[in-house]
Amino acid sequence: MTALAYDGTAMLGRQLRRMRNNPGLLILTQTMPISMLLFFGYVFGSALAMPGADYRAFLLPGLLVATAAGGVMAGMFQAAQDTHRGVMDRFRTLPMSRAAVPLGQAVADLVVTAAGTVPLLLVGLAVGWRIEGSAAEAAGAFGLLLLFRFAATWIGIFLGLLTRNEEAAGQLGGATFLLPLLSNAYIPADGLPGWLRVVAEWNPISAVTTALRDLFGNAPVPEGAAWPVAHPVAGSLAWCTVLLVVFVPLAVRRYAHGER
Amino acid sequence: MTTTYAVLSEGLEKRFGAVHALRGLDLAVATGTVCGILGPNGAGKTTAVRLLTTLLRPDAGSARIAGHDLVREAAAVRRRIGVTGQYASVDGDLTGRQNLRLFARLHRVRGPAERAGELLDRFGLAEAADRPASTYSGGMRRRLDLAASLIRRPEVLFLDEPTTGLDPASRNLIREAVRDLTADGTTVLLTTQYLEEADQLAHDIALVDRGRVTHTGSPAQLKSLIGTHVEAVVADTDAMGRAAGVLDQLTGGQPSFDHERNAVGAVSRDATLTLPRLVRELDAAGVPLLDVSLRPPTLDDVFLRLTEDDKERVA
Repeated sequence: MTALAYDGTAMLGRQLRRMRNNPGLLILTQTMPISMLLFFGYVFGSALAMPGADYRAFLLPGLLVATAAGGVMAGMFQAAQDTHRGVMDRFRTLPMSRAAVPLGQAVADLVVTAAGTVPLLLVGLAVGWRIEGSAAEAAGAFGLLLLFRFAATWIGIFLGLLTRNEEAAGQLGGATFLLPLLSNAYIPADGLPGWLRVVAEWNPISAVTTALRDLFGNAPVPEGAAWPVAHPVAGSLAWCTVLLVVFVPLAVRRYAHGER
Repeated sequence: MTTTYAVLSEGLEKRFGAVHALRGLDLAVATGTVCGILGPNGAGKTTAVRLLTTLLRPDAGSARIAGHDLVREAAAVRRRIGVTGQYASVDGDLTGRQNLRLFARLHRVRGPAERAGELLDRFGLAEAADRPASTYSGGMRRRLDLAASLIRRPEVLFLDEPTTGLDPASRNLIREAVRDLTADGTTVLLTTQYLEEADQLAHDIALVDRGRVTHTGSPAQLKSLIGTHVEAVVADTDAMGRAAGVLDQLTGGQPSFDHERNAVGAVSRDATLTLPRLVRELDAAGVPLLDVSLRPPTLDDVFLRLTEDDKERVA
């Protein structure tokens, strides 16, 4: 375990240095939600009547979670890119912890995206979003958001190691862009037709979004929703646990085996 | 004294789908020696190296590296080996210095920064140390790669075509490094396309073809399998018969005739045959000798002949 911590820290350093040398993709993925906040907030916001709530304040937690879900694409792209690098062969022939490489990638992603969230929050504050709840609740909300990002990144790392294909990562990235549309991230799910509402509420993005809205005090938990949305904090924790328990071992195993 | 083997493999097999890349590879590399693996493209050289460095898992067979089982004690094997692949295995996004520091840290070297500095100096990379490795030339990347394999002196160093495509200066630097290492007791297993390189560096050579070791021995032993090529050029056609008689007696090989050049050739397996003796005998037989040559075989000859033989046997 100490070997994993030591090697993982070294790999975290590697990833952070790489991101510092190539900040392009990162800047893109972090500025995208800001423009979405402005477009959706003012274009849809003028058409959507939200009784008792401000649409832009409702939208911001959704965008935070949708951006976190982008960890699937980011993780996949990085992992797939790495599979073509000779340096992975070197890591596999070193006497180092097998989990260190994917763990370093996931933690580096977390560090960078946590920092990358700040501009979106500032724009949010400028357009009317506020933290209405207590500081502890807000801290809990950010904790959940990071946990969700972490889980999403591990899904991506596994898929990236599986497909070994950066283009596939790009295509899947398009698909992950659609996922928040099938959730309550941008619109309330209550108004959706029956079956679509069920799909949307079992989307992990919905549970986490609802938890953030609840903890920030931006919007109440909807009535009569499916279990993960009706109990958003427990639902979010359950979703993240399931995803991590499934995808962390899969990704580590996939990495350790290489092409064996 | 009993010989210990740094690399000992028995019947290693590896399939990739329908392709049978290795069909029972037996290798024995004595500790402290350099073993050169020669073979045509697709013979299984790279697969062999990837298996022996724990990157691939064998489908059958077993191997011990520095006394440890390749599969069951993979972690112990990894602590004792260094690997420099055909494609530089360094991170192009990091600088040369960042790469070496990272690997030093992963190797648990005390003072990773100092070790990185030493190696950068030794491999002539000090000036480029703080540039991303992706901006390096091929030779610089390969040197960085070798430096990365030497962070801790490995017991067994695997070099997969370490000098392919390099400029002569980088090639020499890498060859010198290999000589230094073996002087310190490291065992080296290298694959190469340059037979002259194997000839210079390797104590033993394993000829690999279609996933198997077909011949092993020192460069001299392999060359003696081929024999020395002897050729006499004579003044007129009539003398060719007499020259052939002499060569036949001396070499026991079947003389061949090149009528355009009035040349008679033969292959001698006798390593004691010298040029003066050849000239004396031909002169004594009254052969009007214009030119005579005695050409010891190169490893190229060995390589071509032995892999050629195998093809014929299969066909």
